[in-house]
Amino acid sequence: MSIAETATDAGNMHNPSSTAGAAGSGLGRRSFLGYVIGGTTLVAAAEFAAPARSDAVVPSLPQVPELYDLEDLQTDAALPTSALISVSINKDGTASFAIPRAEVGQGITTSTAMILADELDLPVSKVKVTLAPARPELVFNQLTGGSNTTVSTYTPIRVAAAIARNALLDAAAIELGYAVARLRTYDGLVEAPNGTTIGYGELAEKAASPETKQVEVALKEAADRKVVGRPHNRDDALAAVTGQKDFSMDLDVKGALPTMVCRAPTLNGTPRRLKNRKKIKRMPGVKDVVKVDTGIAVRARTFGQCIDAIREMKVVWNKGSAEGESDQTILAGLRRAELPMVVPNVPILADQIDADFAFAFRSSAALEPNCAIADVREDSAEIWAGLKVPILAQQNIAAAIGLRQDQVKVNVITSGGSFGHKLFSDAAIEAAKISKKMKKPVRLMWHRADEPRQGRLHPMCTSRVRATMLGNEVLSFEQRNTSVVTDFSHGLGEIITSTIDEAPTDVGKALGGLGFSETIFTLTQELPYNFGAVTQLLNETDDRFNTGSMRNIYSPDTAVASELVIDMMAKKMKMDPLEFRLKFIKDDRTRACLEKVAKEGNWGRKMPAHRAQGIAVHKEYKGATAVLVEIDTRPSTVNRKIRNAVTGPRVTKVVMAVDAGLVINPRGLEAQMQGGFMDGLALTLTSSCHLRNGKFLEASWDNYFYTRQWNVPRKIDVHIMDPGVDQPGGAGEAGVPASAAAVACAYARAVGKVPTAFPINHGEISFKPKTFVPPVPKSPTNGLKFTY
Amino acid sequence: MPKQTFILNGKPVTVNVNDDVRVLWVLRDLLGVTGPKYGCGINVCKACTSHINGKAFNPCSVKVGDLKKKDRVTTIEGLPDTVGKQLHPMQQAWIDRDVPQCGYCQPGQIMAAVATVKKVRREGRQLRESDLDEIRNICRCGTYARIREAVEEGARNMR
Repeated sequence: MSIAETATDAGNMHNPSSTAGAAGSGLGRRSFLGYVIGGTTLVAAAEFAAPARSDAVVPSLPQVPELYDLEDLQTDAALPTSALISVSINKDGTASFAIPRAEVGQGITTSTAMILADELDLPVSKVKVTLAPARPELVFNQLTGGSNTTVSTYTPIRVAAAIARNALLDAAAIELGYAVARLRTYDGLVEAPNGTTIGYGELAEKAASPETKQVEVALKEAADRKVVGRPHNRDDALAAVTGQKDFSMDLDVKGALPTMVCRAPTLNGTPRRLKNRKKIKRMPGVKDVVKVDTGIAVRARTFGQCIDAIREMKVVWNKGSAEGESDQTILAGLRRAELPMVVPNVPILADQIDADFAFAFRSSAALEPNCAIADVREDSAEIWAGLKVPILAQQNIAAAIGLRQDQVKVNVITSGGSFGHKLFSDAAIEAAKISKKMKKPVRLMWHRADEPRQGRLHPMCTSRVRATMLGNEVLSFEQRNTSVVTDFSHGLGEIITSTIDEAPTDVGKALGGLGFSETIFTLTQELPYNFGAVTQLLNETDDRFNTGSMRNIYSPDTAVASELVIDMMAKKMKMDPLEFRLKFIKDDRTRACLEKVAKEGNWGRKMPAHRAQGIAVHKEYKGATAVLVEIDTRPSTVNRKIRNAVTGPRVTKVVMAVDAGLVINPRGLEAQMQGGFMDGLALTLTSSCHLRNGKFLEASWDNYFYTRQWNVPRKIDVHIMDPGVDQPGGAGEAGVPASAAAVACAYARAVGKVPTAFPINHGEISFKPKTFVPPVPKSPTNGLKFTY
Repeated sequence: MPKQTFILNGKPVTVNVNDDVRVLWVLRDLLGVTGPKYGCGINVCKACTSHINGKAFNPCSVKVGDLKKKDRVTTIEGLPDTVGKQLHPMQQAWIDRDVPQCGYCQPGQIMAAVATVKKVRREGRQLRESDLDEIRNICRCGTYARIREAVEEGARNMR
């Protein structure tokens, strides 16, 4: 009996209502190829053909993402090597799988365990999902980003699990003395018709294959799923709430003492020399002091002593990368680089709206600051860090310390958040350089102040929109984003595409004139409305900043601009914002989300003065979102006082609807949407970085106003749509754009004026900037005064 | 080097370190107690929130030399023991509501929540929305909505 037939029969026994019989004859269910890997316990790996894409059929000219989007680019890039992804069955009855992605809080270890559990017929608690170290053989298949993890791994990991289950059934057939067709699997057991059971653990060795062999397998039908699609709590929640969840800085690596870097007062300034080295070396706890390209590194017994040493350092600095520049000068540069509109601005009969928005720099820093442990020896190195692109980190670290790639082991540790920040391996590379120079293991952590001042930011950008209307029709909608260069040097996670990004002029031309950023913009932006001639273009200029994606790449800014203009168009046509959107919306899935929030959120209810509703949609990540909010901008609310807090307008109610395709874990998806809302809220109302004279002023969370409890809406409902598809969509970033846009639309309606710069409070600096020399603030000593 | 003695999670500890080192680093770097996290070091983010003699405090902003021998420091690791259970009701509420995402801030959030509930009880009143509004702990994943639900649930189950 072949493996493929085994799958069919077993599936049939397991669920008599399934159409497994048809699959056996090659009809109906698609079969997939994979491997049982040679070894002493069972290991199954997946190989699979390109998944069929459901190419959209649309009445008007489609934009690129409707046919081929960033998800497809990433998924296709992952295809050739997915065969190397394997599931092991262990002697203790558990299954283990090392996912070549980073867990940064988005819940992929949990959702992946759920997918495996379903296909294996094993309890979720017995599926152990860990993070794979850098595996260069995976090439394009080890980048965590673009909300792509489940989109790209869903099928291959199911194939591997299905093959493992079949091999277990084959082994059980011999042990139990029944044909596979008469066995069933549940809860990690194989059961014979006479009620005898045998556990997967007992079968793990028996099911092993001495050699690697290719097998064919069919996957479970949707109706057979018992785990996928049902709410499941996170696999690491207990560890998180008991303080046992280990992040990079919690790992016990021998000799890796606390290490920090004294950084320049101006952006990207470099050190010339440390003037008081002897004094610093004599300070309590200080062990090592070295100069690296980013500053003066100090290694000490405690981080507190590193901070004290940094505050005493007298350093001569070279100039930074943006000397003398401020928000205004950078914005002026963007204005000069703006691309022209196609439609002339003097329409004869038509109405036209011209709008122009500016978006400030924002910090993508997570609560866990940039950090890494590095132990660099003469002929080897080992790194521990939260890395979304570990292969590229390995390549860059090897280059930085003069080792071969295979001499550098890179361990991927669960991160305390990412939001795009951990797409870059800045701390890991820096730690490796410091360790090499000190000849000792180091536990490098950035001070919080280093993050907004020297860390990755979402670039400042402008978004201009020109919409032309005639009567009740929209003739054209043009959007032009102009941005400080977004760093995509992570490419698709390895050196080849990374190199493309670093040399956009040569290779970009070869790719049809698009650099990597423009390609990403084209692959992600999609306006889900029938607005006649739609063009959305990006131009980037000025590469002097440390930038990157920030829980989305371009979408939140693009969505804020386009949805605000849509409200303006509706007003011009004397239509209600919802009615207008419903008239022009392009596809049924986005429409369904919009209708859902309108109904659940009671759209159109009468609001008192200074309060308003706002509604917005976004389509990306193989799905769609809609958000309805109510905002309160009464002076008594805006000016409410909380110690050291930026309060401002308060969103009082949020209703979200998300279509994320096939949902693996609704509880996790709801969490991602709630979190995405908090990001969108901050982007529109409160959080930004101010550039003044070559320096970013922000230095901590009392300067950088990410959403806090006093900003949080007291009511937030998330509705999960069921589009009836078998393709998972993205979740991590999906909640942000429509949230940012809905808050902006509500604010504009509440105050009766459309803001043109975001966040709306960027114009005022509501804090006293902390010192630049020394670059880190003094550690307070009055903590016992604030006990409660 | 001076000897620093205090009670940590129910047991006396002694560490050889200068008076001016902040308690957070004594806990994390010298004693290996890593539940309290670093997020700012200046008493803003509250990721290191722990308890001193039953009240919330931030060890990033207290010199170890300012601790007295009898001072009881409780970190997330010692919280269950304060109620003699495997998990404190607030931790259980956090699990029930599936609050954590990345989890980095959550030990501090839970310690702050417990202290907030105890504070309003000392004041002889119920937990209000405004109490939740004033919890200062940052969660950069934005788990705020579930935190609010969990604090209310945890409060109901706290004696």
